[in-house]
Amino acid sequence: MSGSSRGALLAGALVLLVAVAVVSMGFGAQAIAPGQVWQALVAPHGGVARETLLIVRDVRVPRMVLGVAVGAALAVAGALVQTTTRNPVAEPGILGVTAGASFAITLGTVLGLTGSQYSQLVAAVLGAAVASLAVQAVGRTSPLRLLLAGVALTFLLSGISLAMRLTMPDAFDRFRFWAVGSLAGREQLPQVVPLVVIAAALAGALLLARPLSALALGEDVARTLGARVTATKLGSLATVTVLAGAATAVAGPIAFVGLIVPHLARRLAGGTVGWLVAFSAVLGPVLVLVSDIGSRVLLATGEVPVAIVTAVLGGLVLIAVVRRPGVLVP
Amino acid sequence: MIVLRAGRFSARVGRRALTVTVVLAVLAVALAFTGLARGATWSPPGEVLAALTGRGDQVLVITQWRLPRVVAALVFGAALALGGAVLQHLTRNPLGSPDVLGLDAGAYTGALLVLTVAGGSATHLTVAPLAGGVLTAAVVYLLSLRSGLDRMLLVVVGIATHAVLTAVNQWLVLRAELEVAMAAGSWSTGSLNGLDWADVRLPFLVIGVLAGLLAVLSGAMRQAGLGDELAVTTGVRLGRLRVLALLAGVGATATVTAICGPIVFVALAAPHIARRLARADGEALLPAALTGAVLLLGADLVAQSLFAPVALPVGVVTTAVGGAYLLWLLVKEVRRS
Repeated sequence: MSGSSRGALLAGALVLLVAVAVVSMGFGAQAIAPGQVWQALVAPHGGVARETLLIVRDVRVPRMVLGVAVGAALAVAGALVQTTTRNPVAEPGILGVTAGASFAITLGTVLGLTGSQYSQLVAAVLGAAVASLAVQAVGRTSPLRLLLAGVALTFLLSGISLAMRLTMPDAFDRFRFWAVGSLAGREQLPQVVPLVVIAAALAGALLLARPLSALALGEDVARTLGARVTATKLGSLATVTVLAGAATAVAGPIAFVGLIVPHLARRLAGGTVGWLVAFSAVLGPVLVLVSDIGSRVLLATGEVPVAIVTAVLGGLVLIAVVRRPGVLVP
Repeated sequence: MIVLRAGRFSARVGRRALTVTVVLAVLAVALAFTGLARGATWSPPGEVLAALTGRGDQVLVITQWRLPRVVAALVFGAALALGGAVLQHLTRNPLGSPDVLGLDAGAYTGALLVLTVAGGSATHLTVAPLAGGVLTAAVVYLLSLRSGLDRMLLVVVGIATHAVLTAVNQWLVLRAELEVAMAAGSWSTGSLNGLDWADVRLPFLVIGVLAGLLAVLSGAMRQAGLGDELAVTTGVRLGRLRVLALLAGVGATATVTAICGPIVFVALAAPHIARRLARADGEALLPAALTGAVLLLGADLVAQSLFAPVALPVGVVTTAVGGAYLLWLLVKEVRRS
């Protein structure tokens, strides 16, 4: 496939994202027709009821932006970690990275350290870093062992987190989403800092694409081509940690987005890492927004956390991926 | 080797297995005693003994409030361990236990569907979890076929199934209990809180029958463990054995899950620990059951004491300990290779 036709595909994916975003802003306790949403966005002074305008601008738009940022961050993190470790089932959720981030925030809340947005973000990224180092140390290179180590760490940390939450229900009343990832109820909190961090890390991921393409040919070939193997790997893992940590800080642990999206994106992107990152960054938000719509449809009155929807989809994709020959046993 | 004879029945018991069994039984009794004495204030041992024989002024507290929970922890722990031992035997995989493969999550889905959608009775509540568990087992098995059962694939398919079903269960709980969303946390982990005699009578009966069935099957299972050909030539009907053992193992797991919710780790670890303690070649069912009883009761005592007066669901403790145990197994494997 040529570059221009890939460009056309990417443009198509972007149009899809815009459509999904507009539709997603129509769902909720108060249903709003897509046409109304569009009008509220492009022509806020004409023809739209004031109430609708307020709902769209103050509730639905922030939630949509949050979904886009979280989806892009998790999907690109998944694409990077799959490319770097050459492991098709690697993903921040499966590798226990999001569990580490969410545990760090929970622990910080218990100790009274994570009051501000900055401290939450720092705690999440630190937790993500420690968890990913631990899982890499235990799992080494075997895909099966990495997966088991991630699952084991997730179990360990979620057990301790749950104990802390049940012991101090008051401290966690506002922060239930750190247990199950969700986009609901976060609209009123200013999320500027994590969003800026996610945007910066996404830019970093695009810069890493070229050296990672060389690395994908094998470390020896990459060295001959003049790529700095160790620096690239470290940069990639650091980007993954920041992306996963920041996404968890704003939405709680959402697993499987980083698994599903890169597998879809790879079909469209072919073997190039740059296109893979670009397609993941567009399709990740599509998946999260569609899941978020699903979460509002599944339960008419209340809302199901978006992580529940992605877990169902992701579990099925995981089964499909590992059933391919040569995935578990390299 | 010690040979026990009673009429036409005889059993050969390894000296070590016997010692381990006795030690585990003593440990279980000691823990049970602790569980009976433990409360807002500790009852003195004399008082506990008196209450058990129906005397003293703590009879109500000890025999009606604390005893059902202690006995339930012992019986349910043993049942989970039996389920784990049978499934690990059938899959020939130390990770192939019901909690890892998502069978208890599937059983819980069955229970939740009956409770929240169908508004079912006690009979439904025994059948639906079993159906859920067996159906999940069938699906996981079929998805793990690849010119025969792929045992590594089985574990990953099981983990994925576990994730999917746990998410479905969370959704079912949220659907049913909008106003108590905070309770959802403990709904999705197993708990022994608030059990009384009326809750546990039927499960005890079912577990008793299944344990009896497994005791009858244990000889054939040991032979099957030596290899399919050898088992067939010594007269074991493998197909029937596997179906019966699977039903009994999943049935034991499903019965516990229907009452308490999914309690992980006991089914995974108890058979491992029992095998190491007894240094047995095959699945030592009795030591495994006793280990499971000790583990669940011990975990429940920890769950009640750790942040007293807040009583945590026992599943919280077993989840954390189970994760640590699995990590330890992996680290050990890395060191060896």
